Amino acid sequence: MIRAVGLRKSFGDFEAVKGIDVDVRRGEAFGFLGPNGAGKSSTMRMIAAVSPVSGGELRILGMDPAVDGPAIRGRLGVCPQEDTLDNELNVHDNLYIYGRYFGIPKGEVKARVEELLEFVQLTDKAKAKVDDLSGGMKRRLTIARSLVNRPDLLLLDEPTTGLDPQARHVLWDRLFRLKQSGVTLVITTHYMDEAEQLCDRLVVMDKGLIVAEGSPLTLIREHSTREVAELRFGVGEHDQSHQALAERLADLGERIEVLPDRLLVYSDDGEEVVAKTHERGLQPVAVLVRRSTLKDVFLRLTGRTLVD
Amino acid sequence: MASTSGLSLLEGVGRQYDYWLTVYKRTWRGSIVSSFVAPLFTVVAMGVVLGGFIEGDPAELEGATSYLAFIVPGLVAAHAMQTAVGETTYPVMGAIKWHKTYFAQIATPLAPVHVVGGHLAFVLARLLTSCGVFMLVLVPFGVFATWWGPFLALAAQLLVGMAFAALVFGFSARLHSDEGFGVLFRLGIFPLFLFSGAFFPVDNLGPVGSVLARATPLWHGVSLSRMFCVDEIDWSTAAVNVAVLTALLVAGWFWAVRGLTRRLVT
Repeated sequence: MIRAVGLRKSFGDFEAVKGIDVDVRRGEAFGFLGPNGAGKSSTMRMIAAVSPVSGGELRILGMDPAVDGPAIRGRLGVCPQEDTLDNELNVHDNLYIYGRYFGIPKGEVKARVEELLEFVQLTDKAKAKVDDLSGGMKRRLTIARSLVNRPDLLLLDEPTTGLDPQARHVLWDRLFRLKQSGVTLVITTHYMDEAEQLCDRLVVMDKGLIVAEGSPLTLIREHSTREVAELRFGVGEHDQSHQALAERLADLGERIEVLPDRLLVYSDDGEEVVAKTHERGLQPVAVLVRRSTLKDVFLRLTGRTLVD
Repeated sequence: MASTSGLSLLEGVGRQYDYWLTVYKRTWRGSIVSSFVAPLFTVVAMGVVLGGFIEGDPAELEGATSYLAFIVPGLVAAHAMQTAVGETTYPVMGAIKWHKTYFAQIATPLAPVHVVGGHLAFVLARLLTSCGVFMLVLVPFGVFATWWGPFLALAAQLLVGMAFAALVFGFSARLHSDEGFGVLFRLGIFPLFLFSGAFFPVDNLGPVGSVLARATPLWHGVSLSRMFCVDEIDWSTAAVNVAVLTALLVAGWFWAVRGLTRRLVT
């Protein structure tokens, strides 16, 4: 569906994407994970055939975006990071007019609009102005709009950023259904849980490069331990800095990350780490033993936390 | 990436018909009233009342038999310019910066060239209705010398309006802040409105002034519009007027498409 080799994007002197290889297969949900500024959105815009490639090769649905832009866009669904809904039109007209841009006959568009409103649970809002919708409803409408041409490939740029937890779950449910119906999804996100929920396979991007690739589970297995013990020490406790405390606990895990407010000790047995910490006379004020997540993978690969 | 493979300009513009129709439906009530009432007031105030003080000597009024007959063809041409500028300043900036309408459009098979085409087709429709209504309002005032002249005058008004629409679209597509519009209105459109021969023969501006006035795009529209309305047609002048306006329209078209492409496709 998408094949990129050595793909680059520059804006003047700034290189946003520094040569990435990506291969997205039919029917999968593929994720670009990374912090803001990692180059995810620039990559997405190139894939959406609205941003010229600066270097390398890119093929979307077997076509070259520089030559077949309109043909590619006719088979894509795009859900941009910023809503581009027409606030002055009602919900129904937003979908109807968008469908017409694809050259779909009027009667056909009308039928699809009804169907899509049903799918995103906005049928009773069909006559409402977009301005009066909640953030979650606007996102669902944007997703409905991106589906109006029955795309082979759906691009979702930060689909749930800015939504409350309930709205996110409603959206995830809809996206999950789409995936089950065979639509290929490409998602960018800086939310780890979103990537874990939705993506079969993902790449971790940082500073314009891909730093790791695989399924959420393999990435965790390859780049982290099974469990993590999060230890928080009070300010001035034991009269030692986090760095010094980390050195005293270094042998308890495979590795230790020092964050401003806590230590993360990576081990296959988190409880044991906690027990041994206590044995050494150290009393963390808060302790959490949890499974490793993509957050830990990212920390390991880039040395930085993701803004979550 | 301004490639239009597989989608002709006409087809791309046609696909936006429903969008622009919806936009028009939302505003047509206001625009019909203003496009009917505003010309009527203008004609009564400037042509009838003010024109009552001005002696109608056809030799001094480019062949018009009254000041009213002199001023109205120029006013409609100027009205075409103002309508076109109104539709290609804030609406274009809004569709780029505020509402992102154009970004939504180019995520579909439409390319910037289709977007420019669709917007300008809408401006043409607006010009046709508003100048058409203006011309209809003028019928009872007896200012038209022939029955066919007004139709050619209307075509001239559309041409000058579209030349402005394309040029100003190109300007707006490159503008990052709406402060530029203030400069355009005050230093561009308003002086053109006053000094392009709509209100007085440009020869009154003196040898230098009249040459300058004849170099403005609006003058060519005023000239055509007036010649056809008062039936004092100098075909060689008319040919020059049409050629200049057509050249501006074509140049404006390419400038607009290029400007919007650079703005949207980054």
